[in-house]
Amino acid sequence: MAPLPLHTAGPYVAGAYIAFFLIVLIYVAIMATKLTRSERTLSELTEQVKRRQRSSDDNGR
Amino acid sequence: MYGKGLRPLSLITAASVALTLVAALFWAPNDAYLGFLQKIFYVHVPLAILTLCGFVAAGLMAIAHLRTRDPRWDMRSYVAIHISLIFGVTVLITGSIWARGAWGHWWVWNDPTLVSFLLVMLLYATYQPLRFAIEDPERQARYASVFAITAGAFVPINFAIVRLAPAYVHPRTLSNISGNLPGRMQVVFYLALFAITLLWITLWRFEMTAKHVAAQTRRLRALLGEESDEEGPVRRSAAPSLTHAGSVS
Repeated sequence: MAPLPLHTAGPYVAGAYIAFFLIVLIYVAIMATKLTRSERTLSELTEQVKRRQRSSDDNGR
Repeated sequence: MYGKGLRPLSLITAASVALTLVAALFWAPNDAYLGFLQKIFYVHVPLAILTLCGFVAAGLMAIAHLRTRDPRWDMRSYVAIHISLIFGVTVLITGSIWARGAWGHWWVWNDPTLVSFLLVMLLYATYQPLRFAIEDPERQARYASVFAITAGAFVPINFAIVRLAPAYVHPRTLSNISGNLPGRMQVVFYLALFAITLLWITLWRFEMTAKHVAAQTRRLRALLGEESDEEGPVRRSAAPSLTHAGSVS
């Protein structure tokens, strides 16, 4: 059997590589969104803890 | 903890994957039999190897969980299975595209390599529903670890049986009998294997960082007494909580 010519094999190779990169990209995008949301919440909560600590310090004086 | 060094690791991974892509498409010679179509091999085979190795690694992490009862090992095992499942889906897609070009069919049911890989994937597809079905976090983690160990042991057995079976249509790789790669093809293949290994590690650490931050957030919320006000009762989840042992470090 003769190997497939470039114009026939090319779309298959491109399709496989695009599928691979697309799946990785979608995964990374989902994880990045979750991570950003969690980090934002974490910084808000840390800020809240600091505010509470400050107010309790003020009440203690 | 898990996010430390993630940025340089991500950059090295991106550079390795880009280098592999260039080397595979422009530097490696075309296969005498399959021609340009063989280029799919450089992404398909390393992904398949990493998928199976990831499942075995998850089994080893599950052993560590059962030995130590440390929920962080359960989380590591869970994330390893998750990443390997994503890689496995990519293996099935790239393999089907290759099969269509080489054999004229998207799937061949009488080939042991293809069917056994599908069986492994279907086996691991039950992992998340199994976790979700168990409400108690500690029992969930324990049962999931037993599953990960059993399924992880099945992977090398399955691989060995397939290698012993007569080859039908799927080519053999990393074999001394057939399928040995010449010169530049071998260099590109090992480069691809290195790049995909780095990709697996980077994604694993990326997800571990995300889970770690989420666990810290939940813990902080609970400490502040916000849990019941904003999110209601604790929802059932397939993902490990990391909080039932009180440690998120």
